[in-house]
Amino acid sequence: MNLTLFLLALFDGIAYAALVFIVAVGLTLIFGVMRILNVAHGSFYAVGAYLTASLTTFIVSAGLPPIFSFPCMLISAVLVGAVLGGPIEWLLLRRIYHKPEVLQLLVTFAIFMILEDVQRLVWGTQPIFESTALQLLGTVRAFSVNYTVYQLILLPIVAVLLLFGLRFFLRRTLAGKLITATTEDREAAQAIGIDADKVFLLTFIVGAGLAGLGGALASPTTSILPGIGADMIVLSFAVVATAGLGQIEGAALTALLIGLGRSFAVYVWPETQVLVPYLIMVAVLLVRPEGLFGSPAARKI
Amino acid sequence: MKKLLMATAACITLPLAAFAQDKPDAIKVGVTAFLTGPASVFGVPAKDAAEIMAEQINEAGGIQGVPLELTFIDEGAGTEVLTTEYRRLVENGADAMLAAISSGNCKTIAPLAEDLKVINIMWDCGTQKIFEEDSYKYVFRSQAHAGTEMLATVAYLLKTKPDFKTIAVVNQDYAWGRDSWDIFSAALKALRPDVEVVGEFFPKFGSPDFSTEISRLQALQPDIILSTSWGGDLDTFVQQAAQRGLTEVSTFVLPLAESSLERLGSSLPSGHIVGARGDHYWNHPERRDDEDFKTFMAKFEEKTGNKAIYPVFHMSQGLAALEAAYDKAAETKGEGWPTEDEIIAAFAGLEFQGLGRPVTLREDHQGVEAQLLGTSVQAGELPFATLENIMIFDGAELTTPVGEESVAWVGALQPGWVDTLTVDTYEN
Repeated sequence: MNLTLFLLALFDGIAYAALVFIVAVGLTLIFGVMRILNVAHGSFYAVGAYLTASLTTFIVSAGLPPIFSFPCMLISAVLVGAVLGGPIEWLLLRRIYHKPEVLQLLVTFAIFMILEDVQRLVWGTQPIFESTALQLLGTVRAFSVNYTVYQLILLPIVAVLLLFGLRFFLRRTLAGKLITATTEDREAAQAIGIDADKVFLLTFIVGAGLAGLGGALASPTTSILPGIGADMIVLSFAVVATAGLGQIEGAALTALLIGLGRSFAVYVWPETQVLVPYLIMVAVLLVRPEGLFGSPAARKI
Repeated sequence: MKKLLMATAACITLPLAAFAQDKPDAIKVGVTAFLTGPASVFGVPAKDAAEIMAEQINEAGGIQGVPLELTFIDEGAGTEVLTTEYRRLVENGADAMLAAISSGNCKTIAPLAEDLKVINIMWDCGTQKIFEEDSYKYVFRSQAHAGTEMLATVAYLLKTKPDFKTIAVVNQDYAWGRDSWDIFSAALKALRPDVEVVGEFFPKFGSPDFSTEISRLQALQPDIILSTSWGGDLDTFVQQAAQRGLTEVSTFVLPLAESSLERLGSSLPSGHIVGARGDHYWNHPERRDDEDFKTFMAKFEEKTGNKAIYPVFHMSQGLAALEAAYDKAAETKGEGWPTEDEIIAAFAGLEFQGLGRPVTLREDHQGVEAQLLGTSVQAGELPFATLENIMIFDGAELTTPVGEESVAWVGALQPGWVDTLTVDTYEN
């Protein structure tokens, strides 16, 4: 492998990692705060993608400038977080926080299944492709290979902004500090007057919104069809587990590792492409069972 | 024990009752198709088509005066559910079954049909292995198999791009992606041993992203890129390749792209090779002026809003085979309703016609189906690519002879074999 191919693989890896990070960070945030492994995260991703495609199609057919496809993504993410995430936390999850993990997993899985069918009802089974936003930004040429600006430049920028934005939010803002405090110790937080219910609701809305944003950002690059949510959730779990549950910086690093591992596999040994993310996960967990950034915690009794 | 005896008694008397019966009230046919999951891109149009066709048959008085009654089973629910539902339909008196879309499901169902003693027409699955590895009494195939389809693709490629030097493949990582490449590469090696395979990629089934493969392909710059992918995978691959200019550098060979033309819209540029798993095309050059073809296409477009794709043609062949077998059996018998064995006998050497050219069944129950391929062109009249330089190959010359194994047979072909083929060429 020469330097050119090395750089090409690097570019591909970063572009892929950016998208994986955006989805996984929402999952890890929800887990970090609420200690719930949310399988429905995959549905939020899918609905975000579908919504963006529909809104963009509407905008293009209404004759509005294609640049409006970018606000569509934000609108979709907010809708997924507020309209879908909010009520789910408020009506369902709130009742099961003190129940065994298996039950929590089953409930979120049930939501996932229901939402899968909702998608089928609303958007049908035919693949949808809506790439207005991606085409708008055009391509760049690097080492005689064309990349889309959208994937090579925009997605990594969004991912980095999101990483630092979340860090800032959790450490510097009041709402963020409340979330962090509740994460550390729920009882103590409630004892000093933090409304934990509100914090959970806020976290879930933000987390679901991030999944929606991931779907929205992915939508111009891929066919949207039934089943995309399931694929993404499996990969996100791998990222979150490798990173250490609840670790935002860890999720960023792991997404990068997995993205790069996958793209180098395609260049060096394509047959192992599917395997690489999980090999990385196994390797990390063998050495550090709590994940890259996780710290061994006292178990709930 | 008593229950068991009763059940046994019922099993013995039921077929007798069927024998004694004169004309049944309906010919009950079970159809399996993907109504959910990624392959519903094929199953849903096929179901729509089957409903229109059954309606047409029944309006014309049914098969030998008996109406056709269809029941659908979703292949997307998994093999377990499929076999249970299949069994249930047969035990409830289905006269024949049309199964399946998935090759895996065909492999499961062929022996099951044999056990249940029910006529099963394999109407869409591609695997060539069923009749090459086993022989069946009750199982028939109303269409070609992967061997014929891949060989036709190689033939079209060699006829239209005789001078290419390098090829890369991007197939889905499951049975069809692997098997189709085995046949294609064996044929290519036999017919053009000098061609170099520069890349073999098998991204996972349902992959949402081919960016890395596309970067790699742009660096490799192969003359030809083959992909037997379909549905969302094919759409994503072609769209991402078009966005990044790969479709300008290499010629794509897409044996299943006929089923994606309308969805791909303007993303599939002119000049790429498109196949249709048989002589299937909404604008079939030999059939487009025929009244039955025009009537059906109008009805289908009205019902679904889309052009008919190959599973629709396959469905038409499956139902046509059934109708032809009943007609032939009834004619041979003269008086009374034919028995199942008489219908099975009628399938031998049966010729029938769906929406494409007539298909014939060989002694091993394999259908011999013509193959249509063309080159994509953005003519501007429609918002998606149509086909030009269409070639229709005679199916018999491309189908592995009875008793031979496809990969071995195509591997033994000699360079120059392509020039011996019977081909009809149409401008569009």
